[in-house]
Amino acid sequence: MALLSVQNLRAYYRTEVYGISRIVRAVDGVSLELQRNEIYGLAGESSCGKTTLIKVISGTIKPPLRVEEGKVHYQFGSFEIDMLHISPEDLRRNVRWKEISYIMQGSMSVLNPVRRVITTFYDIVTTHQGYTDRKAFLGQVRAHISKLGLPPDVLNLYPHQLSGGMRQRVAIALATIFQPSLIIADEPTTALDVVVQRGVLQMLKEIQAESNNTVLLVTHDLAVHANVADRVAIMYAGRIVEEAPTSLIFNAPRHPYTQHLIRSLPMIGDRSSRASLPGAPPNLANPPGGCRFHPRCPHVMDICRVEVPEMMTLPGNQRVACHLLAEGRR
Amino acid sequence: MSTYDKLLDVQRVTAVFHIGSIIGGTRLVAVNDVSFSLDRTRPEIFTLAGESGSGKTTLARLLLHDLEPTSGAVIFEGRDLATIKSRKDTLEFMKKVQPVFQNPFETFSPLRRVEDYLYDTAINFGRAKNRRMASVVVDEALHLVGLSLEEVTRRYPHELSGGQLQRVSVARALIPQPRLLLADEPVSMVDASLRMAIVNLFRKLRDEQQVSVIYITHDLATAYYISDRIAIMLRGLVVESGPVNEVLDRPLHPYTQVLKESVPEPVPEQRAQWIRPIDLGTTEVKEYARIGCKFAGRCPRVMDICRQTNPPDIHVEGRIVKCYLYQGQESS
Ligand SMILES: Nc1ncnc2c1ncn2[C@@H]1O[C@H](COP(=O)(O)OP(=O)(O)OP(=O)(O)O)[C@@H](O)[C@H]1O
Ligand SMILES: Nc1ncnc2c1ncn2[C@@H]1O[C@H](COP(=O)(O)OP(=O)(O)OP(=O)(O)O)[C@@H](O)[C@H]1O
Ligand SMILES: [Mg+2]
Ligand SMILES: [Mg+2]
Repeated sequence: MALLSVQNLRAYYRTEVYGISRIVRAVDGVSLELQRNEIYGLAGESSCGKTTLIKVISGTIKPPLRVEEGKVHYQFGSFEIDMLHISPEDLRRNVRWKEISYIMQGSMSVLNPVRRVITTFYDIVTTHQGYTDRKAFLGQVRAHISKLGLPPDVLNLYPHQLSGGMRQRVAIALATIFQPSLIIADEPTTALDVVVQRGVLQMLKEIQAESNNTVLLVTHDLAVHANVADRVAIMYAGRIVEEAPTSLIFNAPRHPYTQHLIRSLPMIGDRSSRASLPGAPPNLANPPGGCRFHPRCPHVMDICRVEVPEMMTLPGNQRVACHLLAEGRR
Repeated sequence: MSTYDKLLDVQRVTAVFHIGSIIGGTRLVAVNDVSFSLDRTRPEIFTLAGESGSGKTTLARLLLHDLEPTSGAVIFEGRDLATIKSRKDTLEFMKKVQPVFQNPFETFSPLRRVEDYLYDTAINFGRAKNRRMASVVVDEALHLVGLSLEEVTRRYPHELSGGQLQRVSVARALIPQPRLLLADEPVSMVDASLRMAIVNLFRKLRDEQQVSVIYITHDLATAYYISDRIAIMLRGLVVESGPVNEVLDRPLHPYTQVLKESVPEPVPEQRAQWIRPIDLGTTEVKEYARIGCKFAGRCPRVMDICRQTNPPDIHVEGRIVKCYLYQGQESS
């Protein structure tokens, strides 16, 4: 049984400016399953809806974002939840931090600049679940921090006294203190240099390996996925276009968008020209019909303009949504 | 080469911050005696890379005349930035040197619509007389970065994704038609394809519009792909600089070596190497305050002398390296 199962999820931003209403179809028909004990990488276009998808999965939906359709179902050991119908109270008491930790995009700023790291964290945790025994809590945090090989004095410092990498490692350490079943990290290392990035991701991987939980890692950086993820999903304009074990994504991508992404990666030692995609990125307030990638696809066919391609499962656990496969042309 | 031949001449600039309380506080030399220059007639892309928190953004602020150096000088087209005081001179300078910042969410106020920034820029810098005329200029700049006016119209920053917002800030910087673009992590929030679109655009601006670019990034692969020269920073110092292929193909400074080795390759079969544990510095202030080489605490090839005095600039193999390992190997 999967840890998380998302079925045909649609989540839109509905806004109204000067009487003109606009619907941004940020997540538009996403289905996926996260298994226990895996690192699932999510990549894709800028603004294709990755953060929005995560907001829904983690139960942090706020207007103007609304779920229009679909299911988000968790199975944590013996207890299960329906994320779209859970009460806020239940979510706060029993799920956040304990079962699901969400390290937000730009979480460097989650730490309060005028308070010591430990104080900020104590505050967050108490507001979320009414944790009261401060002393026991501190003991637990110290033990956890030192187990991860972080110097214990970091807890008593102010955020500005820590390097960006240390801050991010502390944020991850704190988010994993209750051994959640699912850790969601949205671009956790985007602002960091590659040495520090490597250290932060190593730590995340160690935590995962130790507690056999699930990590959902969102980043643009495909090279990071190549080194960290067990499976990778590629999103384009609100939909998942391909999902596969990491080595297939890199060695045998089937969707033309994935193929393009992999080809566009520059490498040190190679200055040969890399092209970006022709045409403009899709506007999610007015997305193209049929396959959303069709206006930019080098292999476009008539059917692509009118019909949304179904997700097909290929051998090797590779899922692809592309008409070329049904046509048997590739 | 006299100063006049240079577009930009950075002469031994230093920037010191005082942090903490007045009594218990410390001095932090965020930019420490940095020098380099850009040629006036031969535009180039110059990359600043290196450690997080090593002073890259602070250096960019010095170059943008947004921060006064504690010592040293920044000369742009023969003029010391310290002498730019009047509104007119400032405007003239800003027209030629345009920034693109790291975090687009901080660049744009949440209370203003993003298109207003673009219109203001077009009008303030004299590209258009009114909003209607400006819309052509604005739309053109947005198209260069893969957006359109229609898409951003009436939108507030939080209604755009990080990537979209970052492209808007590149578009905004292009409106005054600058000579020098100071791009601080312009691609860190965008996908691989857009990343190539933006760096290819820099290359095109250099080759076709004579625009020089100072490209600040953690992405060494794109740095290698577009830049002519690179400088690697560590704790306020430029520890290695030279032509990008020399420096990245065969890094000499042990920090540059660790940096290159840590670049993740998009090859899943090679991951065992990359996930090998590494040693990281802990608190920033401690390493900044270190006597001797700032990397000595983590350097695999540290020697006694490294803990005692700062290594000097050593000219070797076509570049400049601050490392005692190369003492005595100087090329003339
Ligand atoms: N509060 C909002 N109101 C209206 N539209 C929004 C809002 N937040 C996001 N959007 C839009 O929803 C779409 C998806 O945004 P989202 O932040 O999920 O993308 P993303 O894939 O995380 O992008 P990035 O890679 O840049 O982080 C974008 O078109 C964005 O402009
Ligand atoms: N206004 C300020 N006051 C005090 N300290 C500052 C200030 N601005 C920057 N610093 C410190 O100066 C050092 C250099 O910071 P800077 O932002 O220039 O680094 P950077 O190389 O741009 O880092 P990153 O790669 O994370 O963007 C850091 O230790 C930072 O905390
Ligand atoms: Mg996002
Ligand atoms: Mg910076």
